[in-house]
Amino acid sequence: MDRIKFLGDVKIRPTLIQLLNLGMIICSALMIWKGLMCITGCESPVVVVLTGSMEPGFKRGDILFLHMNKEPIRAGEIVVYNVDGRDIPIVHRVIKAHERRDTGEIDILTKGDNNQVDDITLYSGGQLWLNRHHIIGRAIGYLPYVGYLTIIMTEMPIVKYLLIGVLALLVITSEE
Amino acid sequence: MHSAVQRANTAATIAAILLATICAAASFLDAFNSPSLQAHVQVVKINRFRRQLDGNDEVKMTLKMSMDLTSLFTWNTKQVFVFLAAEYETDTNSLNQVSLWDHIVQEKERASFQVKVPTKYPLIDQGTNLRGKKVGLVLHWHIMPISGRMIQGKMPLSNFSLPDSYTTRS
Repeated sequence: MDRIKFLGDVKIRPTLIQLLNLGMIICSALMIWKGLMCITGCESPVVVVLTGSMEPGFKRGDILFLHMNKEPIRAGEIVVYNVDGRDIPIVHRVIKAHERRDTGEIDILTKGDNNQVDDITLYSGGQLWLNRHHIIGRAIGYLPYVGYLTIIMTEMPIVKYLLIGVLALLVITSEE
Repeated sequence: MHSAVQRANTAATIAAILLATICAAASFLDAFNSPSLQAHVQVVKINRFRRQLDGNDEVKMTLKMSMDLTSLFTWNTKQVFVFLAAEYETDTNSLNQVSLWDHIVQEKERASFQVKVPTKYPLIDQGTNLRGKKVGLVLHWHIMPISGRMIQGKMPLSNFSLPDSYTTRS
């Protein structure tokens, strides 16, 4: 009887607790992400490999762990860089490095292991070299396949909406 | 008591934790591998040494290399990327590293070999400093695992000096 009478009031508290739980989960995830950003020194400490240009080492859907520090960039390192004016970062290997004696600035040329030619055509305009400020991070570790879900979600957004919908449903309807 | 969803959730979580632990352990054990590799490189011939149209020196050569990379492989190794870099310094640049040749070794059985090849990438300077220049040849390798941390290493091999004058007119 009471439940039906104060239908409005009774429902508020559990719902608020549910929302709070959801908020806590989201905040924890954000904290971990930002914490990783601080530790690794990169804006995006984890990236997903999108193309086959580094095969057979990295395949589409693999995850790379990045790290960035003040150490000079040297040939052979696998770096992730952004070309001016493009958002999608590229993961390739440094094949040439020229370090200026006076400024310490470095000119870098990269190439994908599986590509026939180097990346000079990818750099914007008449740019011949990459510099340190283009580099987001160095790839230091690797996990296979895990990122494939991200690729599926990007290329078929319906999967993303489905997943979020199902997760939201589970959180709202769960008793705990 | 326990719904199917709860059981699936628990099973999936445990599976994920186990997988992550195995990956971490595999990568951790890689650190204990102390490789002892041997390599030798020799410049057989300078095929072309000229000044390009844009003003930079360019060198192409034929190299004879032999190397044994088997000790780099562990059971967690997917491939070893090996490349030979020409390293030298100039008045304007404190370090120049130019990759001349690279190769991917995917199997331990194929990790010991000899090749005589022309350089894959030309040695191009930022300027015209290469005449008579002493260049060091350094072998670099990058061990790419099945999962986990990637390991880099290098070993300086021989030095050689470029000729005092261009061999081809530009």
